[in-house]
Amino acid sequence: MEKNYLNWKKGLLSWLLTRDHKRIGLLYMITVFSFFFVGGVFALLLRLELFKVGETIMNSAFYNQIMTYHGAVMIFMVIIPGIPAFLGNFVLPLQIGAKDVAFPKINLLSWYCLIVGAGVTLLSLFLGGVDTGWTFYTPYSIETNTAVIPVVLGVFIMGFSSILTGLNFIVTIHRLRCPGMTFFRMPLFVWSLYSTAIIQVLATPVLAITLLLLVGERILDIGIFNSEKGGDPILFQHFFWFYSHPAVYIMILPAMGVISELISAFSRQKIFGYKAVVFASLGIAGVSFFVWGHHMFVSGQSEWAGIVFSFLTMLVGVPTAVKIFNWVATLFKGSLKFDTPFLYALGFLFLFLIGGVTGIMLAVLPFDVHVHDTYFVVAHFHYVMVGGTIMGIMGGFYYWFPKMFGRLYNELLGQVSFVFIFIGFNVTFFPQFILGMSGMPRRYADYISPYEPLNQVSTVGSWLIASGFVVAFFALIWAMFKGKKSSANPWGAKTLEWQTSSPPPHENFLKRPVVSKDAYE
Amino acid sequence: MSENKNLAHHFDSYEQQVRAEKLGMWLFLATEILMFGGLFVAYVIYSGEYPAIFKAGAQFLDWKKGAINTVVLLVSSWTMAMSIYYAQKDQIRKCKIMLISTLSCGFLFMVIKYIEYSHKFHEGIFPGGFFSYSGEGFVEGLPLYFSFYYLMTGLHASHVLIGMSLIAWALVRTYKKQIGSHHYMPLEYVGLFWHLVDLIWIYLFPLLYLVE
Ligand SMILES: [Cu+2]
Repeated sequence: MEKNYLNWKKGLLSWLLTRDHKRIGLLYMITVFSFFFVGGVFALLLRLELFKVGETIMNSAFYNQIMTYHGAVMIFMVIIPGIPAFLGNFVLPLQIGAKDVAFPKINLLSWYCLIVGAGVTLLSLFLGGVDTGWTFYTPYSIETNTAVIPVVLGVFIMGFSSILTGLNFIVTIHRLRCPGMTFFRMPLFVWSLYSTAIIQVLATPVLAITLLLLVGERILDIGIFNSEKGGDPILFQHFFWFYSHPAVYIMILPAMGVISELISAFSRQKIFGYKAVVFASLGIAGVSFFVWGHHMFVSGQSEWAGIVFSFLTMLVGVPTAVKIFNWVATLFKGSLKFDTPFLYALGFLFLFLIGGVTGIMLAVLPFDVHVHDTYFVVAHFHYVMVGGTIMGIMGGFYYWFPKMFGRLYNELLGQVSFVFIFIGFNVTFFPQFILGMSGMPRRYADYISPYEPLNQVSTVGSWLIASGFVVAFFALIWAMFKGKKSSANPWGAKTLEWQTSSPPPHENFLKRPVVSKDAYE
Repeated sequence: MSENKNLAHHFDSYEQQVRAEKLGMWLFLATEILMFGGLFVAYVIYSGEYPAIFKAGAQFLDWKKGAINTVVLLVSSWTMAMSIYYAQKDQIRKCKIMLISTLSCGFLFMVIKYIEYSHKFHEGIFPGGFFSYSGEGFVEGLPLYFSFYYLMTGLHASHVLIGMSLIAWALVRTYKKQIGSHHYMPLEYVGLFWHLVDLIWIYLFPLLYLVE
């Protein structure tokens, strides 16, 4: 049998102590999908509770906890590590012709940070749970007698995972490109990871100090976020969103990178306006640091700040629209192949467009004041994060699946599960726009009866999504072990990772690649 | 030959590896600056809002001890730099002396910090909710100043301790003959970190001790 990175060494320890970026990528794969399952079960429980007016399956205190864990698990354990640490780890060195990332040991350490951080966070489940919402807003997070400290410390530790991955990627991209791989020959996925890594490195430390201060509030009562002691709870929101808004782009930029790869590969075209997409990625990363105040339009920040943040936020729409135009232009000239990864790319375009346009609506100050903290916002960010990031993860996973395992997935099952997920997603979240417009507040365990019919539609949608993922899960597990053998380049794609065998050998390429053309030529 | 031992398998050359490590180190320092930056921003906001409290708080600190510690850290930065210089010249004995001096400076810094802290604790000047001082010079809101004092100097002191452990690690490697003109990069990275710790203190000292 041919030697590759999967059978290069055997035994559990050879995985747990590996420094191979491909194996670490697969460790992240298992981790991210496990947490996706956990967060998904929480989501199903929430939707079930909201199926009917009144208490359905849980009391409201428990609902608050489930809602907090759904958010925290999905954000910090699934969406943030999802594309960079899982797909990025596997693909990035291959795409730039490197043998590994710059710091393989730190790469492994970052996976352990995620595991330990997630463990500490979830440990709180057994210490009474936490009910603050994933944003940990003060003063409530100081006053509640639930287990805030382990959750916050866990997120702090997971932050290191994110920082170390970002740092590793920046250095890898700067220092380990193979001969001939100039910056403007890099695939757009690499550029998106680069933009993401800048945010990870620059924004996450601010979250770290914010969370430390919150722990300080709870243990030492330091008063910096406590108005009784002269402090200011709004400062917490500023600090938190200074990280967490850019973090939205940690979630979406890599998905955009995946979509660029998919659209190029399945329309058999080079990306229209390559450089424009590159600068759009960097532009989004840059602007992302100056828009955090749009989360605080009604928090009591000054009106002037609100107006400035409103305009700055709309600016994000410009580079985003550039990308969407370029993707559509690429499709326009291409000969399309409707395989599962491409379906996810189309799903992304459709859903992300809705998520993006409603984002611009929310950036408009007076409109936001009207729908602030309603289900309109919930629907908006699910269209961005699920419709964007999860579509990106799934599309990218199907696309690189043959490279990872050297086997093909079942196309029919892939398409069936996509249809369930895509339709289920819209059935779940589109009604929430309407609910939000008609005033249903978010985060509550209950609602008044006029909201009931649309909530029932939404809950049924969540079952459709779940069915889709169940089909996808079993089909992919089966394909991993029993699928048909794949050739090195089943899609006829142009980027470097398809030039080596599937699965790749231990150090990626048997012969050092030398590049003499652009990424998609 | 000795270079190859220090070359990881995925780099083409030792030079490429060094360039990668240096970039990684600078990025790491950037994350440290941003983390402390959050505290500095909070300090600027509150000292602007309550100038009287911060002025009153600074009266409790002994600027002489702060100044001595500033000098101690500046000297330690110099000895750290010299240790690299001697390693490059293969004057290993002098390199060790310089590293030990740096370590001693770090230790001295912590001793002075300990004296300052225990003096404060003795008077009941504890952080946050444990603050129990109400004697001379007390003003309403004083605990907020000391929250900043303990947070900023505490986070800094933890970095001094981390830096000292790194220097001790580099010293052990020097004794094992793993560091010399053939391979002095670990010293450079430890040095960069140590200079950052020094730099942060140079900002902390006037902000906390010299408020007028
Ligand atoms: Cu935002």
